[in-house]
Amino acid sequence: MAHQEIQLLRLATVGSVDDGKSTLIGRLLFDTKGAFEDQLHAVRKQKGKEGISSGKDIDLAMLTDGLQAEREQGITIDVAYRYFSTPKRKFIMADCPGHEQYTRNAITGASTANVAVILLDARKGILPQTRRHTHIVSLLGIPHLVVAINKMDLVDYDQQTFESIRDDLRAYCAEQGIQDLICIPVSALEGDMVVKRGDKMPWYEGNTVLNTLEKIEVSNHITEQDMRFPVQLVVRPQSEEYHDYRGFAGRIASGSMHVGDDVVALPSGKSSKIKEITTFDGNLQSAFAPQSVTVVLEDEIDLSRGDMLVPKAALPTSTKQLTAMICWMGEEPLQKRKKYLLKNNSNTVKVMVDEIVSRTNIQTLEGESGVDTLAVNDIGQVSFKLMQEMHVDDYKVIRATGSVIVIDSFSNATVGAGMIQLN
Amino acid sequence: MPELSHLQALESESIHIMREVVGEFRNPVMLYSVGKDSSVMLHLARKAFYPGKLPFSLLHVDTGYKFKEMYEFRDNYCREVGADLIVSKNEAAIASGMNPKEFGVARCCGALKTEGLLNALEKGGYDAAFGGARRDEERSRAKERVFSIRDEFGQWDPKNQRPELWDNYNGRIHEGESARIFPISNWTEMDIWTYIRDENIPIVPLYFAKERLMVERGNLLIPVEDESLLIPGEKPKMIMSRFRTLGCSPCTGAVRSDATTMDEIIAEAGAAKRSERETRIIDHGSNSMEDKKKEGYF
Repeated sequence: MAHQEIQLLRLATVGSVDDGKSTLIGRLLFDTKGAFEDQLHAVRKQKGKEGISSGKDIDLAMLTDGLQAEREQGITIDVAYRYFSTPKRKFIMADCPGHEQYTRNAITGASTANVAVILLDARKGILPQTRRHTHIVSLLGIPHLVVAINKMDLVDYDQQTFESIRDDLRAYCAEQGIQDLICIPVSALEGDMVVKRGDKMPWYEGNTVLNTLEKIEVSNHITEQDMRFPVQLVVRPQSEEYHDYRGFAGRIASGSMHVGDDVVALPSGKSSKIKEITTFDGNLQSAFAPQSVTVVLEDEIDLSRGDMLVPKAALPTSTKQLTAMICWMGEEPLQKRKKYLLKNNSNTVKVMVDEIVSRTNIQTLEGESGVDTLAVNDIGQVSFKLMQEMHVDDYKVIRATGSVIVIDSFSNATVGAGMIQLN
Repeated sequence: MPELSHLQALESESIHIMREVVGEFRNPVMLYSVGKDSSVMLHLARKAFYPGKLPFSLLHVDTGYKFKEMYEFRDNYCREVGADLIVSKNEAAIASGMNPKEFGVARCCGALKTEGLLNALEKGGYDAAFGGARRDEERSRAKERVFSIRDEFGQWDPKNQRPELWDNYNGRIHEGESARIFPISNWTEMDIWTYIRDENIPIVPLYFAKERLMVERGNLLIPVEDESLLIPGEKPKMIMSRFRTLGCSPCTGAVRSDATTMDEIIAEAGAAKRSERETRIIDHGSNSMEDKKKEGYF
């Protein structure tokens, strides 16, 4: 397949309507033509007025808040996905709610992002919610953080105000372990520094928001990690042409594979070599994350859904005891000794909560020990006992095999997101 | 290191989703509407399970009002790729003479599409149904998860959606519940057209411009398949036009266009100022897409 080479960038915006998030997104969509005329027409402020000449003529929040309940209440409840592109990049934007009550939805949207955009109000500076949003970015390991310091028009586009907030943020993000922080002074309402520079802030020499998103170097380190290939399905066509064919279908979660590579199947521990990498478009000599392929092995070994192929030289950690940072999402609190399911890729394992090591105080962001439960939207360090071995990596090293979801086996609900910590 | 283009990344994501569904659910089915998005979804499914056969049937919920070219295309293409096609109609509603002119578009859609779909899903005992809806189409669709859990009445509860983290999909449901699966959630209209061109995916000829018999109704061009559905005073005429989306012939508008090739269609989609759903009459009533989705519409 010969497709045009445009890079895909997944970004998540987090902030409250009060910070001007909808205005910023509406502005991005409006100025990059990510929204159509009839969609804009439906949300114009003055009904009957035909022309839409600028973002000011439309109620931008009405454009992004897709649910009736959101428009009635003027808050974002759940993630909305928006799409726009420039000649350089194609953007998938997860527009996440900023309110504490909907943290679980924010984490849903942010979990797949390469870049997070957080908004704050220049008049207010860093608020507890800014700390909470930044903490989520750090916890999820999103490599790049852009902070749009918005409503600069309400502080007379003052350079000192911007720099003082930026310096505080730098110190705070360094503490949180966020490597790449970019602060941009913005007036989403007027449009300054979103897509166009405007003429109000000549003292700012950095890029606009859109320019920053176009230029951020998204390091493709996922292909350089150890290879992990979780098997989703066994493909056995049993047709005349493919009589003896037995292939293992999956998406390469990290790293790359080549025909002839020595691999180990987990949990069986049996070794083999990659014989063939099958795709609809022809066989490949090598493949890399995140490609979806079907692998044929030299030997007939036991391998099925939930199992994993890994390189002989770089095995993951096999364990029946796990510690993870858990974002709790269940309406019913997490309970000690209770049994849950942990799902990682195609593998689901029954577990029991062994210990709640600590709970993060959302004001101080410090871990507090001596707690016996996590309530909805709480974040804490939890250790589990597993009924069977899981084959995992540290979340910070390989995201795909270091992340789990927690499932309540009675309600079937997804009640937690976990980031595995290995010592 | 190598990197996937954005279409390759989207393709791989969709294939991963389809395989997860087959791994997690007992009896999935793929909704097939014969349109361009269905064509892409079917093509992706063929890739996902290659060299095996499709591990599920295609289900076409037929209102009886689709275009002739759609029926021809459907039967030929499904035969060609060896897909098992199930055609399901709400026979009771059709026998009662349901039509959009007398009963209104919302009622007709409710009976022939939503009810037809829910009946067909129940009859087949399907616990998961793939749909080709995209998040860029409409603002309530922008809110939908990839795995969208429905209660035993097929209803969507948008204020209480299951969290969906990374690529770890939770396909566990209770008896009676089902899931709607949207494997091409993250594709845009432009992605669909570009992929159809690059992969040479066959589509219904109605997407290409041609002189067609039309009436002008408000801002819409409505094709004339059945003269009895015309409003008195309307005069059909030949207009060079094509369809951006395909639905039922009485309720799907065409656009004036000279685009007769894939490249011309892509150029037109790139320059379009208005969304493709604008040509769908069902989107214009007081009953919003969100309301219809809550009731069980795709």
